[in-house]
Amino acid sequence: MRHGKWPLIVTFLVPPVLLYVFFVVSPYLQAFQISTTDWLGYSADANPVGLANFKTLWHDDYVWNALKNNAILLALVPVLTIVLGLFFATMLAMGGRKGRAGVTGVRGGALYRTVYFFPQVLSVVIIALLWKEVYHPNKGLLTSAVHAVGLPSPTWLGDPATAFWCVLAVMVWSNVGFYVVLFGAAMSAVPKEIYEAVLLDGASRFTTLRRVTLPLLWDTVQVAWVYLAIFALDGFILVQLMTNGGPNFSTDVIGVRMYDTAFGSETKFGYASAIGVVMFFLTLSVAVLSLRIGRRERIEFS
Amino acid sequence: MNRRDILRRSAAAGLLATPAAGLLTGCATGGGDDKGDAGAYKGTKSAENPLGVKEDAPLEVVIFGGGFGEEYAKAHEAMYTQKYPKAKIKHSVTQEISKTLQPRFVDGSPPDVVNNSGTGQIDFNGLVSQNALADLADLLAAPSLDVPGKTVRDTLLPGAVEIGSYDGKFLVLNYTYTAYGIWYSSKLFTERKWEYAKTWDEHIALCKQIKAAGIAPWTYAGLHPRYMSWPLISTAIKLGGPSVALALDNLEPNAWKSDSMRAAADAWHQIVKDKYILEGSPGLDHKQAQTAWCQGKAAFISCGSWLESEQKDVTPAGFNMTIAPTPSLGSGDKLPFEAIRGTAGEPFMVPAKARNVAGGLEYFRTMLSKKGAQDFTKKVASLTIVAGASEGVELPYGLNTVVKALDASGANGFNWVYNNYYRKLERNLVDAACGEFFSGRIGPAEFLDQCQKGADSIAQDSTIKKYKRAA
Repeated sequence: MRHGKWPLIVTFLVPPVLLYVFFVVSPYLQAFQISTTDWLGYSADANPVGLANFKTLWHDDYVWNALKNNAILLALVPVLTIVLGLFFATMLAMGGRKGRAGVTGVRGGALYRTVYFFPQVLSVVIIALLWKEVYHPNKGLLTSAVHAVGLPSPTWLGDPATAFWCVLAVMVWSNVGFYVVLFGAAMSAVPKEIYEAVLLDGASRFTTLRRVTLPLLWDTVQVAWVYLAIFALDGFILVQLMTNGGPNFSTDVIGVRMYDTAFGSETKFGYASAIGVVMFFLTLSVAVLSLRIGRRERIEFS
Repeated sequence: MNRRDILRRSAAAGLLATPAAGLLTGCATGGGDDKGDAGAYKGTKSAENPLGVKEDAPLEVVIFGGGFGEEYAKAHEAMYTQKYPKAKIKHSVTQEISKTLQPRFVDGSPPDVVNNSGTGQIDFNGLVSQNALADLADLLAAPSLDVPGKTVRDTLLPGAVEIGSYDGKFLVLNYTYTAYGIWYSSKLFTERKWEYAKTWDEHIALCKQIKAAGIAPWTYAGLHPRYMSWPLISTAIKLGGPSVALALDNLEPNAWKSDSMRAAADAWHQIVKDKYILEGSPGLDHKQAQTAWCQGKAAFISCGSWLESEQKDVTPAGFNMTIAPTPSLGSGDKLPFEAIRGTAGEPFMVPAKARNVAGGLEYFRTMLSKKGAQDFTKKVASLTIVAGASEGVELPYGLNTVVKALDASGANGFNWVYNNYYRKLERNLVDAACGEFFSGRIGPAEFLDQCQKGADSIAQDSTIKKYKRAA
């Protein structure tokens, strides 16, 4: 490596760093700068207004409403997705206990694994349109199912009382499959002997999951948590396509607010950037916090 | 799929969303002012060429890919190149006007003609307040291409210039002439021996009859409930006169809570209270609602005159859709039953920094020629603002009823423009209030309060430029 160090750095590291700085870091910085102006986006004129945008933001009820929705998503989407993901992955990896001692998955595990992964293959746009039809208040799959058992059905996306939960359900649905596979892969790295020992001790499946599997998978769960938290703070594509924040702002999220301010009903790019900056710090803090809180001793299998 | 993929996706979705606005506007702080007039194409003005078009200057046209398609624009472009064979036209179509063109406005290199329409429309308030649009006064003063002895302005229907004017400057060419009203199927009504009601009480009685026949009297686009604000405001204007609209447009204090608006909201609340709206409507988007209506599941729907071409594919043969004005509230109405909201729509603009402004204006002159307008009406079955251009063109059934309704309405026609001045007020705020009101979650008083609150928030926002119009 005596001679090779610099050429390697120059050829393999400098170009990506430059690209990254140019296409990622510099727009970030510029967003910060724009957030302190009253730029309206269609001319080069922008007057510095200091922190006025942030002050307006602080008193903007619509932004707070969107943040509240994001907070609910943040509290529920990761938990629900991870719990469901862990449950399915456990069932697939060690749900079956028939026959002789040994750890196997439920029957048809491979099929389930494939089916769970389906939503991951679909583009988010397709998922949104698909579910919009499922939630069709007159002829949707869900409506028909509810009618079939003789119950009155809500208008799903048309009612502020249900719309938000409908979107939340789609978020969980579209994410679970991936985490089933992720957790499944992590579980297969856990030595079988541990489970055999647990089995001999007579632990139930639930105890096995809680006391053995979860601690061994903690790293993976933590990573999942961070990704899902970031996803929950965004949620933009699904919300925009399914409800665009409505009805009556009941499904609004901060990403939709930002987009609407710049490209939707207004052209306030300065203000939209301020929303973006707030979003940036929120996402960053959530990521850092979940990594901090989740920090534990790493368990080595050896 | 591995962890890195999901990270990349989450990052792209979550973190990168932050500077997206910045990314798209890479040179926001750079400017592009300096290009100024240096690169502008200018020709010599003459009787033949009143706008001073440089005959070999290229022209870039961006068309919104919506219900009208793009064939009509290609025909207009062909007419332009017939006159200027040396000019090369760059034609493109997009549904995302604002996302596609925003960076080019900032960069100072916008296209010459933009059809600023659809959901991705750029807010006109923002464009106008930043002087991003070219003044179209020269176009109005130029002689018409094929109506001898008349200027372009003389050939337009009344109201066409006012609607695109901001503080007295004509900046936006709204090309189509659109009527807004209540639609029903003549076939259905003849079969059932129903007759469209001229007064509100009769309308409610008719709704009762329709419901008894097992059909929902009304449906609406629950996900875009602002469609229902149109008949409601129309009812109020017919009761109280055009000053009701003026007050809304000028953001006058408590304009939304005027007596006329109150009476109209109370009246319309009846169809909610009596459950005259198709069940599930609050969860339908405009396409789904209109389709339910075409399938005969509901008798009435509120829409503009584009409805017929938008529903072309799903309308059963012989459906015979017919537009009608909103019913009168009573004999005290200031405007007669026939009065209907008619206005110019489908906005076209020439950016102020376009290189070929003269060419853009000339392109508009081509569109506004009798030949150009007639061709448009033939191709997309929609009226234009060019007076008499639909004569001799065979119109489909629904459009024919629109022409008749506009004729009957005549000088009693009315309009409002707050939605052009303040896109957010209609698209977000009034929209949300309508959603609550027509699904029955709030009553008329709360509805008007919520609209007024929205209007007040616009009025108090010092970052939004305000426009006033005088009658």
